[in-house]
Amino acid sequence: MAHNDTTHYLYELAWILPSVALPVGMLAALLVTAFGAHIHLPGQAATLDPARIDSTPPFDQPGVVEVGPGRYEARIIGGIWFFNPPEIRVPEGSEVTFVATSRDVVHGLFLPDADVNVMLIPGHITRITTRFPKAGEYTFVCHEYCGLAHHTMAGKVIVEPLK
Amino acid sequence: MASAMDTDLRPERRLTGAFFLVAFVALFVGVVTGLFQGLSHAGVDLYSWLTPLVKSYYHGLSLHGVMNVLVWTTFFICGFVPFMAARAYRRPLASRPLGWATFALMVAGLLIAGVPLLQNNATVMFTFYPPMKAHWAFYVGLTVVVAGTWLVTLNLALTHRAWRRRNPGTRTPLAALMALVTFVMWTIASIGLAAETLLLLIPWSLGWVQGINPLLARTLFWFTGHPIVYFWLLPVYLSWYTLVPRQAGGRLFSDPMARASFLLFLLLSTPVGFHHQYTDPGIEQGWKLVHTFFTFAVFFPSLLTFFNVVASLESGARARGGKGLIAWFGKLPWGDPSLAAQVLAMLTFAFGGIGGLINASHSMNLLVHNSMYIVGHFHLTVGTAVTLSFMGITYWLVPVLVGRGLWSRRLALVQAWLWTIGMALFSYALHSLGLQGMPRRTWLAMATYSRPEWGDLTLLIGIGGAIMFVSAMLYFFNLLLTWVASREPAPAPVEFAEAFSGPEAAPQFLDRLRPWLIVSVVLILIAYAPTLIHMLQETSANAPGFRVW
Repeated sequence: MAHNDTTHYLYELAWILPSVALPVGMLAALLVTAFGAHIHLPGQAATLDPARIDSTPPFDQPGVVEVGPGRYEARIIGGIWFFNPPEIRVPEGSEVTFVATSRDVVHGLFLPDADVNVMLIPGHITRITTRFPKAGEYTFVCHEYCGLAHHTMAGKVIVEPLK
Repeated sequence: MASAMDTDLRPERRLTGAFFLVAFVALFVGVVTGLFQGLSHAGVDLYSWLTPLVKSYYHGLSLHGVMNVLVWTTFFICGFVPFMAARAYRRPLASRPLGWATFALMVAGLLIAGVPLLQNNATVMFTFYPPMKAHWAFYVGLTVVVAGTWLVTLNLALTHRAWRRRNPGTRTPLAALMALVTFVMWTIASIGLAAETLLLLIPWSLGWVQGINPLLARTLFWFTGHPIVYFWLLPVYLSWYTLVPRQAGGRLFSDPMARASFLLFLLLSTPVGFHHQYTDPGIEQGWKLVHTFFTFAVFFPSLLTFFNVVASLESGARARGGKGLIAWFGKLPWGDPSLAAQVLAMLTFAFGGIGGLINASHSMNLLVHNSMYIVGHFHLTVGTAVTLSFMGITYWLVPVLVGRGLWSRRLALVQAWLWTIGMALFSYALHSLGLQGMPRRTWLAMATYSRPEWGDLTLLIGIGGAIMFVSAMLYFFNLLLTWVASREPAPAPVEFAEAFSGPEAAPQFLDRLRPWLIVSVVLILIAYAPTLIHMLQETSANAPGFRVW
């Protein structure tokens, strides 16, 4: 390397410009793909009193309801150390919105095969929508440490084949 | 001149040594508990043998996390950074009594928090998300440790002022500026954690208030929880920028660029916490995106650092006869364990940094959040970029502190390579398993939902972990023998590197902290104020506490 002020300055510049361009380009790619693919994160959420969870709709009746043709809402309560209900059934090709919360400590709802990955925080209602294009059994697990039997906290989505 | 100054800093050396001793004890506990986890994943259960000490997998995991990422890092940094600042200013710290009082306070805090932690009364992980409720002493102790770090900031600021009075118009020495920026950034960032413990966790754990707001607490935690990684990393950069070029036989490529990158870290380290909360309900998607934007912005000073440090290494290698586009890399002084450990840490960090961009990506994060992938990621960053660099630093600094040469350079080299190899296997397995849906922080040996395809890779976790454990034991062995048995003469401390393009080429405003501080606070307000205000208005402290372990 030759080292006088000008070449030095040019080396610096030759690195600074791509160092700006790289994050900007990556951010642009991220935004285009995220919005293009309609990927949503949990946003502003409804709240509830965790002490009254069992009498607060929709958690007074946990389970799956059909809210439109091919569209379902799965109302799930996380608590130490199980999901209520532990198993839900929907037909193949359904769009399912998980509406979930926690009755005690922070839990997670992680269903890697359907790209569901959210936190359940007491007092807050998490909503996340996904699709199940293929029949089969999908396991969801709690992926936030929630106590001694955390590793047993799991549930299942059974996607039934269309007749 | 240098040796005269170093004699004068003898009290600073003792203080640094005291901080290091605590850091080493923490790392030891963290590494031992880590081995249990690694072996457990590979099917070897040690927990049933450990019940008198370690009550559960999760008790061990809490010890592992708190000791490694909170105690080892913080105590090492509070020992290392002020010492480097004193050397750079060529004067003692403004107040040696304040330095020792800080140490005493931090040890007291550690003991207060450590007792419930060891007794299984704070098995809440290093993130201690409420409404999981630990013993109040755990939160009080951690708060005292944080308050201690603020006293380090005070001492550095007073030292800077005293130096400035005697040296008007002189450029702040680079290492001193870096030390100051590190602690000023941390002091701003740690306000979130302090607010969480003082306003929410402590009153609640003492029973003064009944309920807690778990979302607000998480948000305050991550206000500090991401910038804390820069609190770990900036002291490493201090070494990479100001010492490693000299150790490589070269010079720092650009002093002005180094200053600029540190000031950008001061601006951008804090307004990024929501990238840990992408999957949380109760935070507007738009604000999450703002934090994505700032996180990508931090990538800019990271790239500046990458270039500057690699160019400096290259100058050293070329001065030693290195040739070619890449081949010069082999001409670095690989026989010096201090340099080798830090260069290996840099190589590993490249992968950690790229993985970090994935985690920070608002949409891709959904694939990896809270999976083992994240565990793989931060073992590359804090577990290697930071920890292996700190180990490399101690290979020159501990001999200086104890006045004896390193007991075995060869053993130190073996240790650094073993750590890197063990970590590569371990972290590869964790990244892959995370992408295959394995959750983190889970006693997988007992999980009810293990997948058959996880099998072989879990073995690799155990193998990689065991290699790192051996490496860590060699590290402690070597340092211990250096202290008590080495017959080698004491080495001279590593001198600061000269720069090709020195501070005189840097504009004056790169030395003035206040304007940068103001912009930093403004960015934090933009990133956090609307969400925090909304949370305070719309959500309530209605979650009771639980002991779930």
